[in-house]
Amino acid sequence: MVCVIDQDVLERVLGTALRNGGDFAEVYAEDKSSTSAGLDDGRVEQVTSGRDRGAGIRVVRGETTGFAYTADLSEGGLVAAAEAAGAVAAQGGGGTRTVALTRSAPHRVNTVEIYPDTIGKAAKVALLQRIDEAARSTGGAIGQVSAGYGDSRKRIIVANSDGLLAEDEQVRHLLRISVVANGDAGMQTGFESLGHTIGFEVFDTNDVEELARRAAQQAITKLRARPAPSGSIPVVIKAGSGGVLFHEACGHGLEADLVGKNSSVYAGKVGQQVASPLVTLVDDGTMAGEWGAIGIDDEGHPSQYNELIKDGILTDYMWDHLRARKEGHAHSGNGRRQSYMHLPMVRMTNTYVLNGTDTPEDIIKNTPNGVYVAKLGGGSVNTASGDFVFGMTEAYLIENGEITEPLREGNLIGNGPQVLRDIEALGNDFAMGNPGTCGKDGQGVPVGDGQPTLRVKTMTIGGTAA
Amino acid sequence: MSNVAAPELQEIADRVIAQAGKGEHIEAYVSRGQETDIRIYEGEVEHFVSAQSEGVGIRVIRDGRTGFAYAGTLDGDAVASVLAEARDNVEFGTPDEWAGLATADGVPVVEQQLWSDELAAFGTDAKIALAKELERLTRATDSRVRVDDANYSDASGEAAVASTAGIRVSGRENGCYASVSTLADDGDETQTGFGFAVGRSPEEFDLAKAAREAADRATRLLGAVKPLSKKITVVFDPFVTAQFLGVLSSALNGENVAKGRSLFANRVGESVASPLFTLVDDPTNPKAYTATDIDGEGLAARRNVLIEAGVLQGFVHSSYSARRAGTTSTGNAVRGGFKGTPGVGCLAMQMQPGNRSQAELIADVDDGVLIQSVQGLHSGVNAISGDFSTGASGLLISNGQLGGPVREFTIASTLQRMLHDIVEVGGDIDWLPMRAAGVSLVIRDLTMSGA
Repeated sequence: MVCVIDQDVLERVLGTALRNGGDFAEVYAEDKSSTSAGLDDGRVEQVTSGRDRGAGIRVVRGETTGFAYTADLSEGGLVAAAEAAGAVAAQGGGGTRTVALTRSAPHRVNTVEIYPDTIGKAAKVALLQRIDEAARSTGGAIGQVSAGYGDSRKRIIVANSDGLLAEDEQVRHLLRISVVANGDAGMQTGFESLGHTIGFEVFDTNDVEELARRAAQQAITKLRARPAPSGSIPVVIKAGSGGVLFHEACGHGLEADLVGKNSSVYAGKVGQQVASPLVTLVDDGTMAGEWGAIGIDDEGHPSQYNELIKDGILTDYMWDHLRARKEGHAHSGNGRRQSYMHLPMVRMTNTYVLNGTDTPEDIIKNTPNGVYVAKLGGGSVNTASGDFVFGMTEAYLIENGEITEPLREGNLIGNGPQVLRDIEALGNDFAMGNPGTCGKDGQGVPVGDGQPTLRVKTMTIGGTAA
Repeated sequence: MSNVAAPELQEIADRVIAQAGKGEHIEAYVSRGQETDIRIYEGEVEHFVSAQSEGVGIRVIRDGRTGFAYAGTLDGDAVASVLAEARDNVEFGTPDEWAGLATADGVPVVEQQLWSDELAAFGTDAKIALAKELERLTRATDSRVRVDDANYSDASGEAAVASTAGIRVSGRENGCYASVSTLADDGDETQTGFGFAVGRSPEEFDLAKAAREAADRATRLLGAVKPLSKKITVVFDPFVTAQFLGVLSSALNGENVAKGRSLFANRVGESVASPLFTLVDDPTNPKAYTATDIDGEGLAARRNVLIEAGVLQGFVHSSYSARRAGTTSTGNAVRGGFKGTPGVGCLAMQMQPGNRSQAELIADVDDGVLIQSVQGLHSGVNAISGDFSTGASGLLISNGQLGGPVREFTIASTLQRMLHDIVEVGGDIDWLPMRAAGVSLVIRDLTMSGA
């Protein structure tokens, strides 16, 4: 697969984009092939092949951005999109603008051994059948299993009027497993997923049957779950299951576009203590193989390891090109977009908290009463107020320093700045969590998160038990 | 989709299905769309997006096995390779005795007005001016209010479906939307709000209402406190009720029922809700934002009664889920564009409204909370187990009077219990830009978790 746009075509298209004025132009093109397969109710329902190919062109003049996209990658198609994007910047006073591109050195962080298009569909479907069998053999209570497989190979090319020309190839493999267990008091569900930015070899080193059994066991365990408590309670979050807490509680608030509009509780707080001194938070696009790992961002800048909070002190925000340009800040490799049909924005990559020094056993033992969260579902945050919410899909009571009864599902809520200050114990057992899709302004991008076991002094558990 | 011809698209779809071999069933879906998206910030255009897209999705069924492929282009070679890929994918499916395409069922189409010439002729400058006006109106409402962004979007699309089972429909549709996001500041505290205006064309927009609601939503939460935990009666704003119905819809989905993923399975004819609760899915009601005349498989959209006076009447079906359930399609195949095959879903849910205003409902509540917004429905509600828990904000109600604002709390129960615990349905039906209309709803015995 190749991205068939020559350098001289890109240079001419950028020249066209700026013909009527404007101070920055960019062409982003992608060519993505994907395969997905779904198994449900014991059947492979469908294998799907997809091809998405196109380019998005933007022209920036002052604070205004014009954007157009097209599925037509011929020079004629690109020029038409460039004219549409450039129209918004049209103020006369343009004239001929020559753009000379310099190809960036490749920046690769992920290593792919087996490309998805070199593996037969039968092998992909067979994974799903193994998952189905493993989940169903976990226990007689298992009533339904659905599993999804997806792979993609995406080639991107970014060129802009600053002379940048960068390319990358992004390979992804994803599995999702949902299980329903039937009990006397109704149904319960279990969910597991696995996603990496490497080749099909991911399934050599990860045991998909074990993953299926875990999802099934989760559903079975919840059949005897009691209602979650209601009210403010100490919460221990298992390593690798609570990274979404930081993603929601502060990650979004550290995005420079929200900060720039003063719609983040963290605006103007660089250098200040914003979290417990135990907390060092990074966003790391270079973490090889993880779901948010990318060689370059979707504006052509190399991914980076960015420290956001160091020992509780806010050190920096995450940046995209426009915000970095406006503030005179260096790029941080966080300009991302869902596809060529979308404008880039500041987005997280892999966001995680570094290890502390406690053992997870001690953290639990030193919690007289509370809730142990072994798996979190999705979440969301209001960045302006800092209020966030996320679902606990697998949780247990802690009584007298021991994990006891399983709990039914419910939401956990809190206020980001408050929860960051209330982290009172941090483990030494760092783990990455499940692959995630982060939604912002209608766009979804793949992200990773991770953290060691930790305890928050109190959070509000939205259960029904007194 | 509306029954207006999109001849080139129909021709492409026709050419695809004409290639079907013996024993091969093919469906081709071809679409093309345009969109405009304008964002205003501090009186200037922040971005202006103008774009075209197109694509084809082809489903092939042979010997009960299904394969699918799509491409985001209508280029002739691409269409040919999509068909080849879909055929290849058939080999890897598991035979399914119920697999098949929809066949015409003779149900007449209730024509809807889904295309506006006024919108199609609405100029770029007018769109920009409209979004700027929305920003200006919103800023003028209250000195504590800032505007995060004001937006205008419109989209138009045309699509054609053809299948070897005799389906052949095409149509076009357009729509527009304006929205504004607000921030309200008071000292160190910031709260957010939003407002929106919808219509078949921008002439139908009520920008003043959008501005007022966006400002109200943000300012009403200033000074909000975290309430104490207790059992309480809640009053849902129509906007919250519509989201609640959206959650409930997955339990009414015939495919979920067939696959053992619905808490309503095997309960048709039983009481599943308060006698006050009557729910229909009626995309033929032109007042519904998601009104439509044809479903995702090309069958007529129609009115279906799902729950009547608390008694479960039935489920929504596509042709596939209907075959599995031994019934006929209810015209509820839902297609998310050319990239996928049709699933099943409610199209335009509506509760039968009561007679009283929200203020009258509140006057009857001794100890409660008016829920004005919920956060985390997607994470805290499990429509399979029925567990319901969501973050919320709103106003306390004491002895029939509205009190101070509260936030950072959850309300929890189960879907099963909540349906039976409905004690009043308001008369204030609101046709929101969602798949469900809203109405004020009073539900008792939820657990509020706060401080």
